[in-house]
Amino acid sequence: MDISEIISIDTDRSQFKVHRSGYVNQELFAAERDAIFNKSWLYVGHESEISSPGDFVTRRVAGRDLVLARDSQGDVRCFHNVCPHRGAKIVREKSGNARSFTCIYHAWKFNNAGKLIGLNGPETYPPGFRQDPEHQLQPVPLLDAYRGLIFVNYDSGAISLTEYLAGATEYLDLIMDQAQERMVLIGGVQEYAMRANWKLLAENAVDVFHLQPLHPTYFDMIGALSGSQPSFRGLTGEAHYLGNGHTVVEMDTPAGRPIAKWMPGWGEESKASIERVYADLVRRFGEERAFRIANRNRNLVLFPNLVINDHISLTIRCTEPVAPDAMDVTVWGLAPEEEAGNDVAVKRRLTSFIEFLGPGGFATPDDIEALELCQKGFASRDGAPWNDFSKGMGLSTSSWMDEGQMRYFWVEWRDRLLRNYEAAA
Amino acid sequence: MSACETPTRAEIEDFLFGEAELLDAWDLTEWRALFTDDCRYLVPTPNADPYASPDSTLHIIADDAFLLTERVKRLSKRTAHAEFPHSKTQRLVSNVRIVANSSDEIHVRSVFATFRSRHGRVDTYYGRHEHILVVEAGALKIKQKRSILGMEALRPQGSLSIIV
Repeated sequence: MDISEIISIDTDRSQFKVHRSGYVNQELFAAERDAIFNKSWLYVGHESEISSPGDFVTRRVAGRDLVLARDSQGDVRCFHNVCPHRGAKIVREKSGNARSFTCIYHAWKFNNAGKLIGLNGPETYPPGFRQDPEHQLQPVPLLDAYRGLIFVNYDSGAISLTEYLAGATEYLDLIMDQAQERMVLIGGVQEYAMRANWKLLAENAVDVFHLQPLHPTYFDMIGALSGSQPSFRGLTGEAHYLGNGHTVVEMDTPAGRPIAKWMPGWGEESKASIERVYADLVRRFGEERAFRIANRNRNLVLFPNLVINDHISLTIRCTEPVAPDAMDVTVWGLAPEEEAGNDVAVKRRLTSFIEFLGPGGFATPDDIEALELCQKGFASRDGAPWNDFSKGMGLSTSSWMDEGQMRYFWVEWRDRLLRNYEAAA
Repeated sequence: MSACETPTRAEIEDFLFGEAELLDAWDLTEWRALFTDDCRYLVPTPNADPYASPDSTLHIIADDAFLLTERVKRLSKRTAHAEFPHSKTQRLVSNVRIVANSSDEIHVRSVFATFRSRHGRVDTYYGRHEHILVVEAGALKIKQKRSILGMEALRPQGSLSIIV
């Protein structure tokens, strides 16, 4: 498969096409694991999940099982969840608090900093065996955090996290600044799957143009809640290309925003607290930035597989490619720490979240249906080979309703695969 | 059944089997009418405390009466794409027990297996239902239905666009 032929760009006719084998081909799936997932900063967890010494969570990131832990000294650690002895996965719980982890197979025991502290039959091993770096839990090569979001990188030679995030930091700041001190995850996580290629969700997350055709039943419900159908008329939005494949769509909202934009469906009792939060944002950031933080929606895709939706709720959605036609999806809700105990605020945030998003929402099931229908359609790629992303291509603006975001994503995808092939050649 | 009589387990079972039959038949308007005016329909996430409040813990579904009505309206439209055409479903309800019985509420626990066939695939959803039933004007009504999924995650099922 020639990577350079996956994308067809005709600037004269303003046409941009992606060959459907890009979502299907098994060799490409292996190539993107190597060229993209093994070299990018990948989301692993949130600092609030491991706030106390000994706290840990287990995650699967790009096919590897990891333990993300705060050790007894308070440092954040991330290890391959694999016993150096015979390779068994060690930690089976999804989360917990532990001083040590013991492999069930031969009882090699590690402290929460990953150090081997117990061997079965230590007298039968040579001196220094226990201290050998190969016999410790193996840390991921790079681990860093930005504003509470923890990332790993499997490439020890990768650029720094902030350099990688590039222009996305401006938008992460607009999101995290909503909290006075810090954001925390809300309890509960949605874990589901789609029988579709992972890139379809990256496209979908910054595809505003699909909202009205695909999700009328969501807007019907919001209309019933608010007394009138929300309108997109007069709203504006822009797409931005943030470097390294990251994109954002920033836009006016046709509905409310839990942080500080009231909508009628939330009732008069919500109004005063939202106005107080808005006043606090103005005090902290001035009128202009406060308005932007409170009133504008942001759909952010951090290349390759992290989606942050800052609109009707604030959510972190991470995809794990499983096969060319299958991904696992995990979604968490975020809230400013000061909302804890404020039942009205948290309830508004959660209700707003699940009315739209998730396996039982009024919108996500239809996204899943659409993405799975695309994947089905790709089976006919010999007769119907191309996906089209030409919308808005010849125009001078980057509108939220166009497809420049997807074009940017796909060019990054192609270039990384090409660079990887050139490096290997 | 009069208001002061306690329904028997056989009557409760008939009610739950009838509810399942309405859902299998996609007779959602009739199904919606089984609920009280202050009803809740809850589906917690599989790895959270299933009894945590939906006001403070993320759920998959946490409908109040308004949202349940809207859900039924949505599922009756062609634009509820995930369920157009409707999936074929078959619900099994078993292990029915009355776990608490006060003068005004009957707490019923049952287990379910819901088979859903769509686009050539079969997905199975299983778990337990916890109904809070009340007697209104001589008829059983659902004050709350909490469906606690027995799977680790909605994988590979994906969406929960049907009512389990």
